[in-house]
Amino acid sequence: MHEETVYDALTAAHGDEARWAFGTGFDAPLAGVDTTIPDGVDPADLGAYCLMLGDDALVLSQRLTGWITRAPELEEEVALANIALDLLGQARLLLSRAGSARVLGRSRERAAPELPDEDALAYFRDPDEFRCSALVVAPDEDFAHVVVRLLVASTWRLALADRLRASRDPVLAAVAAKAVPELTYHRDHAARWVLRLGDGTAESHRRAQAAVDAVWPLTADLFTATTVETRLADAAVAVDPAELRDEVRDVLVQVLTRATLVLPPWPGDTPPRGRLGEHGPELTPLLERLQSVARAHPGATW
Amino acid sequence: MTGWPLYEVFVRGKRGLNHVHVGSLHAPDAEMAVHAARDLYTRRNEGVSIWVVRSVDITASSPDEKDPMFAPSGDKVYRHPTFYEIPDDVPHI
Repeated sequence: MHEETVYDALTAAHGDEARWAFGTGFDAPLAGVDTTIPDGVDPADLGAYCLMLGDDALVLSQRLTGWITRAPELEEEVALANIALDLLGQARLLLSRAGSARVLGRSRERAAPELPDEDALAYFRDPDEFRCSALVVAPDEDFAHVVVRLLVASTWRLALADRLRASRDPVLAAVAAKAVPELTYHRDHAARWVLRLGDGTAESHRRAQAAVDAVWPLTADLFTATTVETRLADAAVAVDPAELRDEVRDVLVQVLTRATLVLPPWPGDTPPRGRLGEHGPELTPLLERLQSVARAHPGATW
Repeated sequence: MTGWPLYEVFVRGKRGLNHVHVGSLHAPDAEMAVHAARDLYTRRNEGVSIWVVRSVDITASSPDEKDPMFAPSGDKVYRHPTFYEIPDDVPHI
C-alpha cells in the first residue's frame, strides 16, 4: 500500500536530523552576499537608512504581535503572527546592517558587549532614537484598523522593496529581494480582508471606513525624503519615497473602490517626522513592552 | 466561536504525488481558507499545492456500517496480488 504524508518528505530530505521540526531547507538570506559598504557611500547615511526601514518593520511586527490571543479567530491569529515574523526577519537584517555601518546610537553604551548589534538596537534605544514612520506607530483600535494599516504599510513597503532590489548596496538589495515575496503576501492578505470588511455587513463597512479615515492622514510624510534618503538615492543606494507615491495610491484606490469604501482626500506632503525621531506618545508604551525582558534580564537567553 | 464554516485541508508535498489530508480550519470563505491553510499547514516548506473543501461537502461512510462496508472483503484473498513477484524498481505499490 502506498502511504505518504507531506511531513515525511521533510525528514526524508534531511536524513535523521531530528531538528527538522524547527525548520529546514531554508537559505540564510545574506549567505554569500558581499557586506562591504559601496564606494562613495557615507556609512552613517547607510546605517540611518537601514534604521528607518528596520524600525518600520520592527514596530509594525510588534503591533501585529499584540493581536496574538486577541484576533477574531485562531486561523487569523496565525496569519498575523506569520506576517509579524516576516517583518521581524526583515528588521533583524536591516538592524544588523545598521550595526555593521556602526550606526548604533546610544544603544552600545547600555547593551552588554556580547549582545549582537541587532539586539542592542532593538532593545537599548529610547523612542527618540527610533526612525519609524507614524503609520506603523499608530495603535490599532480594532481588526479593521489592523488590516487597513497593514494594507497601506505593505503596499508602500512592497513598492519600495521592488525598487530597492537594484540598490548599489548588496545587502539592501538582498534584503529587498527576500522581502518582495513576503510583502506581496502581506499586501494580498490585507487586501482580501479590506474587500471583505468593506463589502461585508453594515457594521464591518462602518468599521472599515472608520479605519480608512483614521489611517489616511498617517500617510502624509511617507513620500517626503529626508536628507539622508536624498543623498543615498543620488548614490543609487536608496529610493526617493516620492517615487512610490503614484504606485501606492493606485493600488489603494483599486482596493478601496472594489471594497465599496469612500476614498478620503489624500493628505498633502508634510516634512518627515518619525524618520527624524519625532514620535507621538504611543511609541513609548510599545517599546517598553518590546524591551522590558531584555532590559530586566540583560544577557538572558531562552 | 463565530459562524465560520469548517474546511478540510489537503496539501501536496514537494515530492508527494497526491494531495494528503492534513487537518481542518475555520475560514469565512474558500479563498481565505486556502490562505489560512498556507499559514497553518505549510509553515516549514512542506507544500507546493493546497486544496480546501467544505467539511459539510464530504460524504463519509458511517462507523455503524463498518462491518457491512468492509468485512466482506476480509476473506477474499484472491483480490490481493500476493502471488506475484514485484520487481524492486516498481514504485508506489
